[in-house]
Amino acid sequence: MFTIVRDLIRYNIEFAVGFAILLLLIGAVILSFFSPYPAADIYVVAPDMPPDAEFWLGTTSRGQDNFWQLMIALRNTLAFGLGVAFLSRILSLVVGLTAGYAGGRVDRVLMAINDSVMVIPHFPILVLFYFVLKDDMNWLMLVLILSALGWSYDARLIRSIAMSLRTRPFTTQSVYSGMSMRKILVEEHLPYVMPIVFATTMNNMIWSIGMEITLSVLGFTDVDTPTMGQMIYWANSHSALISGIWWWVAAPVVAIIVLFIGLFLLSMSMNEYIDPRSRLNRMGS
Amino acid sequence: MAAYMIFVARRFAQLLLVVFLGISATFFITHMTPVDPVTESVTAITNFGKSDPEAIELMRKTLTELYGLEGNLFEQYVTFWSRLVRGDFGPSLSAFPTPVSQIIFRALPWTVGLMISATLISFTIGNTLGALAGYYRKSRILKIISLGLIGLQPIPYYVLAFILLILFGFVWPVLPITGGYEMNADLNLSFALVLDIIRHSILPAMALVLVGAGSWLTGMRALTSNIVTEDYVTFAELGGVGSTRILRSYVVRNAMVPQLTGLAMSLGAIFNGTVITEIVFGYPGIGTLLINAVHAGDYSLVLGLASLSIIGVAIAVFLIDILSPLLDPRIKAE
Amino acid sequence: MQTEALLRSPDIVVEPTLTVERLKAYYTTKAFGIDRDIRAVDDISLTVAKGEVYGVAGESSSGKTSLIKTIVGAIRPPLHVVGGTVRFNFGGQTYDIYDLKPDELQAIRWRHLSYIMQGSMNVLNPVRRIKHSFYDFAFPHMGLGRATFWDRVRDHLRKLDLDPGVLDSYPHQLSGGMRQRTTIALATVCTPEFIVADEPTTALDVIVQRDVLTMLRDIQRDLGSSFLFVTHDMSVHATVSDRVGIVYAGRLVEEADTPTLFRSARHPYTQHLVASLPKIGDTTRRASLSGRPPSLADPPPGCRFHPRCPLAMDVCSKEVPPLVSIAPRHRVACFAVTGAPS
Repeated sequence: MFTIVRDLIRYNIEFAVGFAILLLLIGAVILSFFSPYPAADIYVVAPDMPPDAEFWLGTTSRGQDNFWQLMIALRNTLAFGLGVAFLSRILSLVVGLTAGYAGGRVDRVLMAINDSVMVIPHFPILVLFYFVLKDDMNWLMLVLILSALGWSYDARLIRSIAMSLRTRPFTTQSVYSGMSMRKILVEEHLPYVMPIVFATTMNNMIWSIGMEITLSVLGFTDVDTPTMGQMIYWANSHSALISGIWWWVAAPVVAIIVLFIGLFLLSMSMNEYIDPRSRLNRMGS
Repeated sequence: MAAYMIFVARRFAQLLLVVFLGISATFFITHMTPVDPVTESVTAITNFGKSDPEAIELMRKTLTELYGLEGNLFEQYVTFWSRLVRGDFGPSLSAFPTPVSQIIFRALPWTVGLMISATLISFTIGNTLGALAGYYRKSRILKIISLGLIGLQPIPYYVLAFILLILFGFVWPVLPITGGYEMNADLNLSFALVLDIIRHSILPAMALVLVGAGSWLTGMRALTSNIVTEDYVTFAELGGVGSTRILRSYVVRNAMVPQLTGLAMSLGAIFNGTVITEIVFGYPGIGTLLINAVHAGDYSLVLGLASLSIIGVAIAVFLIDILSPLLDPRIKAE
Repeated sequence: MQTEALLRSPDIVVEPTLTVERLKAYYTTKAFGIDRDIRAVDDISLTVAKGEVYGVAGESSSGKTSLIKTIVGAIRPPLHVVGGTVRFNFGGQTYDIYDLKPDELQAIRWRHLSYIMQGSMNVLNPVRRIKHSFYDFAFPHMGLGRATFWDRVRDHLRKLDLDPGVLDSYPHQLSGGMRQRTTIALATVCTPEFIVADEPTTALDVIVQRDVLTMLRDIQRDLGSSFLFVTHDMSVHATVSDRVGIVYAGRLVEEADTPTLFRSARHPYTQHLVASLPKIGDTTRRASLSGRPPSLADPPPGCRFHPRCPLAMDVCSKEVPPLVSIAPRHRVACFAVTGAPS
């Protein structure tokens, strides 16, 4: 594992940049625990101060230190993305491996559900949930809802691999040696799909964090847990741009773009690592 | 032909299943709401003056029937479906008593227009550039353009739309940043009105195209660089077939099959994008309508919009699905 | 064939249709910082006369396919030419494949130089009817009006016992044999002077193989074209090739007229290939060659066959045996035959 990371950093510029961004983010998460102010407290510092030596990213109209807000928001946003990715990976693994291995009617039923989830537009459903839950729409609830929506595409991918694994001799051998289906899936097939699971994790995080930001910006989430979207929401609700408090908007927007580019580069280089064909294409150019 | 009809029938069954599951989910989610639309309406109406309790009671009864809220959950569910197939979503709460369907159909053309034009533009741009970049791998200009578009791809719709808003609204204010047409425009069909509508649609469409084109480009480039190694392309090159012809009739023609399937799969996501873009640019489509309905607690309007978006996307996916066998003769009825 | 007589008569000098000189082509791969050269074509020289069928034989992954890809100029990275020349002579005019501009190369393709690929599913564009392939490949090279062109194509198909109705089919609607015969019809419709056939019968069953071989022989007789015929199947060479070159690990190890090669091969590897052919009435077991063909990325030093060679001497592992003429039209690269260098 370590040598893979080392080789990738040395010979794959996308991975190196993505990895550097990842380290930066981890640094920010660690830093966030040393914040001198509780995240939800307001008017702890002088409001509307431009960036200077004391307040690196200035202060907000709500009297918060923009820098520490950003660190905490990054932590919450990342935790959110990881939470959704983890839960939805489990769902897609269960559905994908089962459908691919069992085949037949089980496969058809699971895939009919899968395809339905795939084409349903997520955004109206999310808005609907907010409409119903209102103030009960908290951080954890949103993780659960997005996990329930974000597994279908990758389940299809895993299913296609599981289908080819089923025809391999080692599966037949496991069946004849009396292993249970659960055991075959977990012990024999799971290791084969793990690289794909890791690569899709990044894409899933890009998707779920994007959704969270959009919902937060519209005020459709719990406004008291600071996330990247929440920062933009509060900045907008204080008309930060119009009143010239540009740093309040710029900080989260730049951070979001860096975060997304980092995730995107990691997912791209991981795909390349998994699929040797794209590596060949790189050599050809 | 018979095989094709069976294929269409199966896809149609899938369509019905998606619509049924989606709308049922919508129904049950909305019926878990703590908001009681009847009480809300009564409060809204009686705010303007006192009414006697008997009249209020009568009003409650009428409204309960109007909203289809009589009986237990299952009876309501049946009522809901029987009204839905007639296109009746009940009256809007925030614009009482205008029927929800009427409000939706006023907003629908804006969203459909924006979505179709943005999808077509980004599909064309992304696939053209992707095919060229995959085929002429050494071109530096293509590499730079691809890198730019791919770099935009992971940025959330909201953030990109927001950046465009800042760029063209504050930094370089050349385009209208909000609305679908000028406030005091004469809404009779005229050349000036069409021009005005197009001008207003440039920014929202640009946000959608910039994000969408990148993902088409990546997909098409990967497909192209795989198809280029296929025997039929090598054979055509050895046959002295011109490179533009190879690119068009051999590479792109074969890559179009998976790309169209991809279009079907991404329609849901495109729809999300339109909703968000509409909100940022205050575009008078159903996205803006949906958000306003949520803020106003307009129960039937939210339900109607969610159902409609599911039906719309599912039908679009169905149409693309049944078109793909016509493009690839190898796809048979399965 | 009559070419033999022509070549032997001293007063007529016929320039060969194909001249390959010291051709080298490597696959260069750079993956994760490790550069590797795979020497798929390593210093090969050969000529093919007008009207001659030159067979190329060798095991799989011996570099046969790379050789013909390099000869027809169909290389794509990571394969690239390191040295040597490939010259064709069509109607007295010389074309150096690696000296031509892309449009000049495109102009001689199919008109003069055509190619038959290994019969696989994917040689013809799967999403278009076969007539489009005929149009794309042949029409620009024939200089005919549309109606005359299609008449010519239909005549050609009929002459090859194919129903012109195949033009309206999609490739997946035809059987493997039909598809291969259609591909051959496509490759020969412009009456090219030089045809490269890469394992044209390999993916087909035995009956269809015979049909295809007969078809190729008839075409060769009618058109008088030169053929570069590549297959690992020695019995196919025995039926179609005038002369055979044996390729082992990217090098040409022996080359002779087909009867000479089958009767008195000199290189131990060729001898083994010939001996492994089944003979009617002979029930003895065929000895199989021990070991595997060497990795082209890391070939053994000296003669590449020496680790598997029953006649290996000390010198074989140190020096590369040159390809030497031991008789008219018979060349061998083996120290055991030509004598070790002093």
